[in-house]
Amino acid sequence: MTSNIERHEYDVIVVGAGGAGLRAAIEAREQGMRTAIICKSLFGKAHTVMAEGGAAAAMGNVNSKDNWQVHFRDTIRGGKFLNHWRMAELHAREAPERIWELETYGALFDRTKDGKISQRNFGGHEYPRLAHVGDRTGLELIRTLQQKIVSLQQDDQREHGDAEAYLRVFHEVTITTLLKDGDRVSGAFGYARDDGRFLLFSAPAVVLATGGIGKSFQVTSNSWEYTGDGHALALRAGGTLVNMEFVQFHPTGMVWPPSVKGILVTESVRGDGGVLTNSEGKRFMFDYIPEVFRDKYATTEEEADRWYTDADNNRRPPELLPRDEVARAINSEVKAGRGSPHGGVYLDVSKRLPAEEIRRRLPSMYHQFKELADVDITAEPMEVGPTCHYVMGGVEVDPDTQAAAGVAGLFAAGEVSGGMHGSNRLGGNSLSDLLVFGRRAGAGAAAYVSGLEGRPSVLDADVQDAVEFALAPLGRENGENPYKVQTDLQQTMHELVGIIRKAPEIQQALDKLVELRERAQTVSAIGGRTYNPGWHVALDLRNLLVVAECVARAALLREESRGGHTRDDFPEMSAEWRRRNLICSLKKQQSEVDVREQPLPTMPVELLGLFDRKELSKYLTEEELNVLAAEPDPPPTVVAAARQPAGDESRDSSPETVADERGATGDAVGRSHSEGSRG
Amino acid sequence: MGYQAKFRVWRGAGRPDETITAAEADGQLHDYEVEVNEGEVVLDVIHRLQATQTPDLAVRWNCKAGKCGSCSAEINGKPRLMCMTRMTTFTEEETVTVTPIRTFPLIRDLVTDVSYNYEKAREMPAFAPPPGVAPGEYRMQQVDVERSQEFRKCIECFLCQNTCHVVRDHDENKPAFAGPRLFIRAAELDMHPLDDRADRKEFAQATQGIGYCNITKCCSEVCPEHITITDNAIIPMKERVVDRKYDPITWLGNKIGRRKG
Repeated sequence: MTSNIERHEYDVIVVGAGGAGLRAAIEAREQGMRTAIICKSLFGKAHTVMAEGGAAAAMGNVNSKDNWQVHFRDTIRGGKFLNHWRMAELHAREAPERIWELETYGALFDRTKDGKISQRNFGGHEYPRLAHVGDRTGLELIRTLQQKIVSLQQDDQREHGDAEAYLRVFHEVTITTLLKDGDRVSGAFGYARDDGRFLLFSAPAVVLATGGIGKSFQVTSNSWEYTGDGHALALRAGGTLVNMEFVQFHPTGMVWPPSVKGILVTESVRGDGGVLTNSEGKRFMFDYIPEVFRDKYATTEEEADRWYTDADNNRRPPELLPRDEVARAINSEVKAGRGSPHGGVYLDVSKRLPAEEIRRRLPSMYHQFKELADVDITAEPMEVGPTCHYVMGGVEVDPDTQAAAGVAGLFAAGEVSGGMHGSNRLGGNSLSDLLVFGRRAGAGAAAYVSGLEGRPSVLDADVQDAVEFALAPLGRENGENPYKVQTDLQQTMHELVGIIRKAPEIQQALDKLVELRERAQTVSAIGGRTYNPGWHVALDLRNLLVVAECVARAALLREESRGGHTRDDFPEMSAEWRRRNLICSLKKQQSEVDVREQPLPTMPVELLGLFDRKELSKYLTEEELNVLAAEPDPPPTVVAAARQPAGDESRDSSPETVADERGATGDAVGRSHSEGSRG
Repeated sequence: MGYQAKFRVWRGAGRPDETITAAEADGQLHDYEVEVNEGEVVLDVIHRLQATQTPDLAVRWNCKAGKCGSCSAEINGKPRLMCMTRMTTFTEEETVTVTPIRTFPLIRDLVTDVSYNYEKAREMPAFAPPPGVAPGEYRMQQVDVERSQEFRKCIECFLCQNTCHVVRDHDENKPAFAGPRLFIRAAELDMHPLDDRADRKEFAQATQGIGYCNITKCCSEVCPEHITITDNAIIPMKERVVDRKYDPITWLGNKIGRRKG
């Protein structure tokens, strides 16, 4: 049964071909690794292509006050202090380099007047920070990386006479199983969509870059591919997932017509001046500024409007609060009966910018609404509402190497990894995350492989099991339609573990999941193995179900509301809960998920010093604050350090310099005080 | 509010294959009656067929918002993205016929093997970074990048490749012809303010076969991103290739030193 399998041998297998996967593959190849890229779709179609707004990087091109410390601080604030501090630090430090590097691959970002990369405002970012190309930044990013890979293949063609000598792309191949030799990864098994053949990749290192889990929910901006494959592969290989209760509902998805419900409306609409109003015509976001952000957002429409032209002397409009806040606000307005006819609210940019400017800055939004909803956004408001967009949770990894906890040879980068964004991701931090940690994962995998003595081997019995699992739905007769099970799962998660949660409903979802898991084992796929989507859905169900269970179990345990996890029965944020991560793993010998608590890694005092104590007191426990109070007062040089424009220091990210820099900047306490109203 | 629409969809592989049944191997059009609701696009209806009547109906799609370029097909004979073709384009009585794009080998049902396009992309010399300019030091004006940005809007749906008569019914031309998608790539690099190669036009003529194009503009008409492929990319590339090849001053310039433009 295992003899008809196409076999390949590589040093590094990258599962996933979005931004993180491609950047990881580039790095692994540049470090001399024979690398395979496995795409679930065609090369260049991955979900990264949907990213619209931009990539956040503190280059300081538009406002020279920006630097990595400010970006770090915004990221931690956005994540409500639950982020893994080291990931947020690496991300903020290295993002500018990663963006500039794209220009050497041929990327063409929009420009400032002096010819630099232009940067736009976005929710939760203090300064204009997002490198962008209109509202199609994700397309630019993936095409640029795709073309870089082609260019590396051309180099190999010249040098070795074989374009695929060191880097090969496998189109439309889905990995169903990771293979192990003892505690170490030894390869991956999957099938090709085009003819249903099986492929076996033996490799000592696997980088997961499979994206998210949006297809567990009914209303989502995610495509069919987002079935939590990497999350589930890591779990089954013995890895752990962190922060799975945190699911981001993007505040602005399309709500009408029904067939496009959930499709993303970029945050740039708000960044470029769009305002949210309810059916009474009120700009309701002023009523939803939470206590922790009270002094950083405008309280009147006049001040909010002045901010677009004078950001230094006015506070930003509350439409630009982090996504979790805006999504909850819209949800509340609709529930209070102040929604639009199709159950959303209004987002209007038509009264804020001239038509021509809207078409120039937001071309794909203009076309999307014109062609799919008959709405001219230059003349009338859009109707928008929350849509499942991103999962903050993911594979627990080492921040520096992206090595998965507990599984040697396994790495994860991008949305499939967890920790970087805490309880809520800021818009724009995903594209930069992909680049920073994609590169680190590729480097981590290369270093791991270089240090190995002897290659791990693939066990035939494991391959046999993988084949049997994959063929099972085709062999079953008269089983349930896999699409039906998928739809019921999506509805369950949407209704019971959605944007607002409470214990009895989550428990109900968990009961339903048990039932769905049984049903999933009886589905049958009619037809053959050649490009059979019914068969593919049947195989994806196992992954969707296990990640859904992780979300639900962690959501039930976390008795507080924070970021992408809102509990109706525990509406407050708890400083005690902030100190705890919830870690999901699979119980031995069964498919059930186990969740345990683990302390959140402690942010070094130097980085905590970037926040003023008044702000910290909103998040930290008394005990933590007392420890902090015992630290000597930071020298007054801080403010200056934190204000330096992004320059050499942010480019220099070698680990050796980290400690020194922390020393130099560790005293930025008080900066927010000095900024007063702007913070 | 919904109605039952008449759909006619190509099913089968049109080739023998050991993994599919003999009946499937013989491709043919199948008739279906399927529910259509307000605001839906053709891809919604295809998905409803999958979910309710034909779970194994092969279709390639991803974003469902006209951004990824996966769901290209021919709808009533016209090359289009299924996700951007609204059902209100048709009357309720009309039969909607959906067939795979014709220029590439069929895999099954609505899915074709588009590897031709990826092979041609691999023949296209990559962006050549300007020597001596460090990352972070690239400076370009918006007005200068906009010309190339138009071509970088391409979502690689390959509808232009599919519709181009040079290859549509002429497989024999494929080895020598890269197609509109790659002509705009050539133009994009040619117009890139910092690309260090000076021979993009020569490459378009000598290797990509841009000379086969006789400017019927079919590619521009089907582009869902509304890229003016013919006017802004192909014609300038053709003209300048001609200029360069026959202009004695350019010829001399090329002989005696490196000259870009």
